[in-house]
Amino acid sequence: MQRRQLLDLYYLEARSKLLDLAAFLDRVERAPGEADFRWDAFHAALARMQASPGGRAAGVLDALSDPTTEPIPVATTKAACGAWPGNAVS
Amino acid sequence: MVSRTTDDYRAMVVAGCAAVCEPAFWAGFDRSSAAGFYDYFGQLTEHEPRRAAKFGLPHFCWLCINPKEAEDVQLAQEVIALIPQFLSRPNVLGIGEIGLNKNSRNELKVLELQVDLAARQDQLVLVHTPHLEDKLKGTRLILDVLRADGRIPPGRCLIDHVEEHTVKLVLDRGFWGGMTLYPESKCTAARAVDMIEQYGGERLWMNSACDWGVSVPLAVPYAAQELRRRGHDAGMIDRLIYGNPKRFLSQCAKFRLPEAAS
Ligand SMILES: [Zn+2]
Repeated sequence: MQRRQLLDLYYLEARSKLLDLAAFLDRVERAPGEADFRWDAFHAALARMQASPGGRAAGVLDALSDPTTEPIPVATTKAACGAWPGNAVS
Repeated sequence: MVSRTTDDYRAMVVAGCAAVCEPAFWAGFDRSSAAGFYDYFGQLTEHEPRRAAKFGLPHFCWLCINPKEAEDVQLAQEVIALIPQFLSRPNVLGIGEIGLNKNSRNELKVLELQVDLAARQDQLVLVHTPHLEDKLKGTRLILDVLRADGRIPPGRCLIDHVEEHTVKLVLDRGFWGGMTLYPESKCTAARAVDMIEQYGGERLWMNSACDWGVSVPLAVPYAAQELRRRGHDAGMIDRLIYGNPKRFLSQCAKFRLPEAAS
């Protein structure tokens, strides 16, 4: 498809998501509270998105991934939270 | 689909789905014993096919202990010992969805045991990759286990829930990749179409999750609509959403569709 056709298909939806994202950042910034590794990871992912033309989706996913390679000793939870907590301590 | 009402079976038939393939998965809570899995395997191989048949929908399944319940290796070994007696049942396609959840040592051990079971029993394999921050590491560990074992031909193994950062790893090693379509997490239809356009549709397929969380049984027909919006022709869409699953699953002789659908 041509660029114009893709913009016709997705522009308004993406614009809406961009505004939701901006409002989310404002909302969290307005709120008092402690530092949170998810917030730092989110900003790192935003930076990766801007810096990865052609591979932005993979860049964001990479930035939010556990970068280690060894299995963890034991699973203490079943859930994933969307960012690697290790970023907070490394 | 053990987590779904009959309304969903009817909706899938009306939308043109030719079959449903249900992997053994987590029930939303941990079973307290291997006997719970025995009953579950009976449900997947006897009760659900009957329930789906009432709506004219052929029902197939995969059997295993899922990675979310794989931290207890002893329980897993008891469950794995139960599986062979169910493998000859007419709707069983293979071993799945095995894989990893939090990428722990015990999960890895249980994955190795189930890869061994699949290899010894000459079964197709369906692999679950972990969610969110655990997916990339988990996918790499899973691919390493499959390579180290070496007995599962990549063409007989589907690595599920690939996303933009794992799809190339999977396809480059010759495996099939599954893109699981979800309304809230994992992959949207638009992103799945992006991956198809970038990596080709030879060994990729799309599937819907029909689990206990927010999920859409008609996600595949909706994705067909997205492919149409993106200008793909009817032949390509049919190859992708019908031909590809049929090609992969037909490696199991028990996978047969009624004439009208094939
Ligand atoms: Zn899964």
